Formats: sequence, C-alpha cells, structure tokens
Amino acid sequence: MKLDKVNYIYGQGSAYEMYALKDINLEIQDGQFIGVIGHTGSGKSTLIQHMNGLLRATTGTIYYNGEDIYAEGYSMRKLRSKVGLVFQYPEHQLFETTILADVCFGPMNQGLDKNAAELRAFEALRSVGLSEKLYEQSPFDLSGGQKRRVAIAGVLAMKPEVLILDEPTAGLDPKGRDEILDQLAKLHRENHITIILVSHSMEDVAKYVERIIVMNQGSVMYDDSPKNVFRYYKELETVGLAAPQVTYLMHELREKGFPVSIEATTVEEAKQEILKVMRMHD
Amino acid sequence: MTSLMVKARQLVHEYIRRDEEGNPIATHTALDHVDIDIKPGSFVAILGHNGSGKSTLAKHLNVLLNPTEGTLWVDGKDTSDADNLWKIRQNTGMVFQNPDNQIIGSIVEEDVGFGPENIGVPTDEIWQRVEDSLKAVGMLKYRSHSPNKLSGGQKQRVAIAGVVAMQPKCIVLDEPTAMLDPNGRKEVLKTVHELNKKKGVTIILITHYMEEVTDADYVYVMDSGAVVMQGTPREIFSRVDSLKAHRMDVPQITLLAHELKKAGLDLPDGILTREELIEALEKLNESFKGRNTLCQ
Amino acid sequence: MLRDITIGQYYPTGSVIHRMDPRVKLFGTLVFLISVFAYKGIVGLAVVTLFLAAVIRISKVPFRYMVKGLRAIMVLMLITALFNLFLTPGEPLFQIWKLKITKEGIAAAVRMAIRLTYLILGTSLMTLTTTPNQLTDGLEKALRPLNKIHVPVHEIAMMMSIALRFIPILIEETDKIMKAQTARGANFDEGNIIQKAKSLVPLLVPLFISAFRRANDLAMAMEARCYCGGDGRTKMKPLRYQGLDYKAYAALILYLALLFVLRVVV
Repeated sequence: MKLDKVNYIYGQGSAYEMYALKDINLEIQDGQFIGVIGHTGSGKSTLIQHMNGLLRATTGTIYYNGEDIYAEGYSMRKLRSKVGLVFQYPEHQLFETTILADVCFGPMNQGLDKNAAELRAFEALRSVGLSEKLYEQSPFDLSGGQKRRVAIAGVLAMKPEVLILDEPTAGLDPKGRDEILDQLAKLHRENHITIILVSHSMEDVAKYVERIIVMNQGSVMYDDSPKNVFRYYKELETVGLAAPQVTYLMHELREKGFPVSIEATTVEEAKQEILKVMRMHD
Repeated sequence: MTSLMVKARQLVHEYIRRDEEGNPIATHTALDHVDIDIKPGSFVAILGHNGSGKSTLAKHLNVLLNPTEGTLWVDGKDTSDADNLWKIRQNTGMVFQNPDNQIIGSIVEEDVGFGPENIGVPTDEIWQRVEDSLKAVGMLKYRSHSPNKLSGGQKQRVAIAGVVAMQPKCIVLDEPTAMLDPNGRKEVLKTVHELNKKKGVTIILITHYMEEVTDADYVYVMDSGAVVMQGTPREIFSRVDSLKAHRMDVPQITLLAHELKKAGLDLPDGILTREELIEALEKLNESFKGRNTLCQ
Repeated sequence: MLRDITIGQYYPTGSVIHRMDPRVKLFGTLVFLISVFAYKGIVGLAVVTLFLAAVIRISKVPFRYMVKGLRAIMVLMLITALFNLFLTPGEPLFQIWKLKITKEGIAAAVRMAIRLTYLILGTSLMTLTTTPNQLTDGLEKALRPLNKIHVPVHEIAMMMSIALRFIPILIEETDKIMKAQTARGANFDEGNIIQKAKSLVPLLVPLFISAFRRANDLAMAMEARCYCGGDGRTKMKPLRYQGLDYKAYAALILYLALLFVLRVVV
C-alpha cells in the first residue's frame, strides 16, 4: 500500500476548516508489523480510515497493490475485504444471536454462501483462540476480552491481507491485553498478514512491532524502527507521548556511567544489556 | 474501631440468574467473604482483572448493591440499614468508568451542581461549591462549556468535581482511567492525589493499571471475588509471580528488577521506580568494584 | 452529515437572549410560531422577517451556523414545496406531462417554504440560546400547575434534558457503528426497501444495546449522586424574572399586537 501526498481537510470551506491529515506519504510493505502512535486528535484514526476507503482523501491518492483506489471503477468493497479494519471497542458492533453468525456477517457480505462463510468463521474464531464450545452462544454472554476477540474474528473471517486495529487492547486487563497482542503476533508470524496496530502504549508497541509511525497534528513525525524512534524520547514528550520506561532507564544509567546500550526498548533487551554490563566485573 | 472509613467483614455478594419464570438457575459469587479495612484520609487501591469482583465491591460502598451475607460499614454506618442510604451516598462519592455515561448536565457547571441540588443545598452555596470543586480539579475555566467538547480526561475531572461538590468524606473511583489515553490518565490521577493530600478525602481507586497504584498507601488485590493479596505497593510488587497468577502484571521497571534478580543480581525486592533501580544497580556496582580491588 | 444537525445544540455567546429566562423564550417561540402562520401580506412578512432577523442579530449566533441546521431538513422542505406547487388548484401557468403548475401553486409553495424555514430558524434559535437544562427548567416551571392533576412534570422535564444531552452522543455512536459495519462489508445505500431495512439490523441492534447500557450506567450514576426525584431538590439556577425579562415580554406582546393590527388594516 502506498499513500501519496494525502491530505484530509475537515469542514472544507467552513469556519472550522482544519487539516486532519497533512501531506502524508507512506509505503507499507507486505508482511510488516507496524505500530501507529499519536495522542488523541493526532490524526491516527483518520489515517487508518483512509486506508480502507471509509474516508476519502481531499487531495492525494492511495495505491493498493499498485492500483489507484480512487480510480473510476475501483471497487471499495473489494478494498475493504483486503484491508480489514477493527475499530476501537469493536465488541460494540456485535449484533447477531450467535457468535458464529456474527463472524459470518463479513464473509456473507463478500458474497460467500453460508457453508463457505462458516468455514471462514470457524477458522477465524480458532485463530483468535476462542473455545469451540462457545460458537453457538450469544456474543452478549461473553466476557469483555472474549467479545473483543469475536469482533476481531469478524474482520479476520474476511481474509484480509492487511489488518488494521485501532487500540485493540483499550480497557482490557493486563492478561487480556497480552492475550490479544500475542494472538496478533502469531497471526502475523504464521499467516503473514500485514498488521497495523494503533496504540497509545509505547510499551506494547515496542515489544511487538518492527516499525513505528508517530503521528502528530495530522503529519507523520517519525517513521522508523522502534529503536530509532525512541531515540527521540525528549521530542516525543513535547507532543504528549513518551518512550517506554526502559528507554528512560537506559539513558539514565548511561548518564550515571554505566556502559549500557541505549537501544534497548523492551524489558528483555534491557535485562540482557544490564546483565552484560554487570557481569563485566566477574 | 468506628474510626475506620470502610470496614467489611465476610462480605458476600451473589448474583442469581433466573429463567423466565423467575426460578433461580445459576448463582455467581461476585464477592466471596471479603474483609477490608480502610482508614480515613488514606489512598487505597483495589486491583483485579476484569470480572474479579472489584466493581461489585465498589457498588456496595455506595449502596448501589446490598450484601447477600456479611456486613459492610461505611463511615461507621451499616450499609444494609435502609435508613443510612442517603447519608452514605452523600459521604461516599462515586466516579465510574465511562465519562459520557455519568455526566447529566449539558453544561459543565450545571452537571457539577446536580449532586448538591439533589441533597437540597441552598442556591448560593451550590454556586460556591461548584466553583470550589471545579477549581479543585482544575476545570474552572471550562465551567460554561458543553461536556461533549471536552477530552476524556477532562470529562472525568468534571465527574470528579461533581462528586467533590457533594463534599464527601470518601471517593470511590471505579476504573476511572480505563477509557482514557495516557495523558488523560495522568490528569485524573494527579487530580485524585491532590484531593487526597489537600482535602484529606479518602480515596478508593479501583483499577487494573499497575502504574496507578505505586503511590497508594495500601493495595488490595482481588481475584474471583476474594481478596487474594494485600499490603503496601512495595510488598505487593515484590511478589511478581503471584501477581501474574492473578492475571495482573507489574510496572516495567519492577518487572525488569525482578528479572535481573532471577538472573542472579543481588537486588532488593519490590523496586518501584527508575531511581530506585538505578540506585540499587549503582550500589551493586560499587560492591563489585570493591570486591575486584580486594582480589587484586 | 448526521453531525450537521444543529437543532438542540447550545451555542454559547453570552448575549442578552442567552441570559433571558427560559420561560420568556418559550413564550417568545410560541408567539413567533403564531406570527409565522398568522401574518398576512407582504407587510406582515416584512415585520416577521425583521423580528426574526433582529432576534438572530441580538443572539450573536452566527447566521451561517444556523443555516447549517436547515440543510438536514432540506428534503422535507422540498417535498412540501413540490406538493404545494403541483397540487394547488387554480389558474394554470404551464403544464408538464400531467402536472399542472398554477400561479396559486407557486405562491403557496413559496409561502410554505418561507413558513417552514422561519419555523425552524425560530425554534432552533430557542435551543441555540438555551441550555437543555434551562429549557427543561423553564418547561417544568411553566407547566407546574399540571402537577396538581398528577402529571409528573419534573420527571418529564428530566427525561427531556437527558434525551437532549445524549442525542449528540448517540449520533456520533451511530456514525461509528455504521463505519464499523461498512468495514465489514455492509452496505447501507443499495438495494430495495426490504433489503435496506434488513441492512439496518447490524446498525440498530448495537445502537439499542449501547443506548440501554448507557441508560443503565446513567441511572446508577444519578442514584450515586443522591438523585431521588424532584422532591426536596434545590436549584442551582432557580428561575427568577429580571427586569430584562419583563421588557422582553412587553416587546413580544407588542410584536403580536402589531401583527394583528396589520392583519386587520392591510
């Protein structure tokens, strides 16, 4: 996917006119695991809604697999089945009487018959780790974390090539959060789906993604590997973001004279670094 | 003994599911013989994963639910005594998770005035209270705004002001930050701590974010309706493995310290902040150096 | 598009109109509605227009903002105008296929369009300058006598103010669910009426569930803040007439009188 000079202007021509996206140029390669970070109102939700055609750029173009999605005759529905979008609190969109039926909604809209749709639904529900005993139950009887997984399965069942998730862990407890993120990592690893994860949490993002896009005031502020992005932790703070705690720690240790690498962004990396330094004494 | 703000003894709450005819088909024990003591003026955190019973407990504190068994005293008053209902509700304010669903007024100041109106405070005093409470949460300049235009953190601060205006002795916050972004979370936490320090209001913070409890005076951890751990944050966080067993985790720094310790570094238990970890590592470093010079 | 509905959305400017007692504004709206249907002739229209323009001016609400609210009901206005245009009998001007357009029809269509526009501008001016709480307070107090015949005036007023508070939230929610289902391949625009109705299920079910959840939460929050009905409540903003309000009443009555005089004279 490629975004070329995308601008999106809210309320064009009115007194409220405002750039929600400003000159966005991005290339998203197949199979990447990307984190999009930004504080509320930075344009990250607007950005992802462009990626599957829910919002139309005021100017600029988006290419998917080399095709201009705004070209005449390009099917937005086809795009939407290739680029799956999971909204924030996706469990609020569940509506069917059984979990299975709800997950079938997407595939049926794609024109699959009932059997094929159910096959897809089974596969999707399995891949989010939901027990088969539950499939015939009402989605409204599930716990919050389970509902969320059903909702994600609802998009997965459409077999998207790119899966975009807007804060999929909001409101979940630590375990629920880890479960969802681990499942996403597994999907990425095993099914080679491109995943774009929108998040507030630097810690989560640092642990899972290979590339971070930092949004600020509708523009891309940084677009690089976690290590390189977190190097700008002071700049991130000025726009209301923060690097993971570990990054701060490594910088502070370094200032105190510990010869640690400041590149560690996860607990595991920090552990290895500190151990390495401390064992130099032995 | 009566000086406790909250005292729970063997508190049990069962939800009973009934079929169409009203016959019970299943019971779910949401609170399982809970004992809790909370001192006036303290800042207590109740931790637990989703569905651990912590919200059910919160609702008992405000008599939105009544115990199935056991007794709960709030400010010395038994919550199952119907005569105490309004007194208790006035004395224990409650802030909920979803900021949109607890703001009643269409203008910030009108919402803050809602509580005082309900308890019959005279008009002039309502204005005074509204002004004071909005000032206390730092939202005074938004007094004539519509709540719909505020950020999540600001909305929650308005909700807190709405509770403060009733001049409660104790404020219960039921996952007030779960739907907020990191900045909103910080705003709310700062506000709550200030209320605790400056006004001496007892704070009971219910949450599943570990970073929010490091500054609490005391922590209860709940799982399956029971209190499974309790102590100071340092005591709680020194038990990383049991926390994990209860679907909780620990702040990154604490986890790192724990991992380092497991890998053989001689660090103290329950490290909470970066400063503490750095200090401990420096100390360790010194002792290594000392040992090395000795060997030479 | 849903967000463009400005009816019911308070627009604070702190003008004289904003500061008036809501009961005056309720009365004023009533007077204006009567005048819109009672005026006669071009002079009458001029007076009504002048009055409306003056009040809008004094309220300091930008005219453009008000007009945005009109857009949402354009369709309704168009249909009414068309009906008037084609179905009013009278002197035919010209004919398209079987439809006759008459002189009277044009006049009626224009009249109707003006009336509807004024009607909406007038009423939205009320909600633009009055917070829902003031509005319901005003209604509550104005309708207080009905309490005697066991009409739960306070409860009705409270329900209204809550409804008004949640309309924008539910509109936003509708927007969100619609987008989420569109992302799952739902199509809200195509197909015949039955298909369209069917396609609304994935929108309406979540919306209802959400509304119920919110209602539940809100009831709990209100209870926790010691709400127990209208008895024993005090008011933060009790309604007391000020000098300004009496002047406004006087102006309104004068306006009404003027219109009726014009009706007789012209």
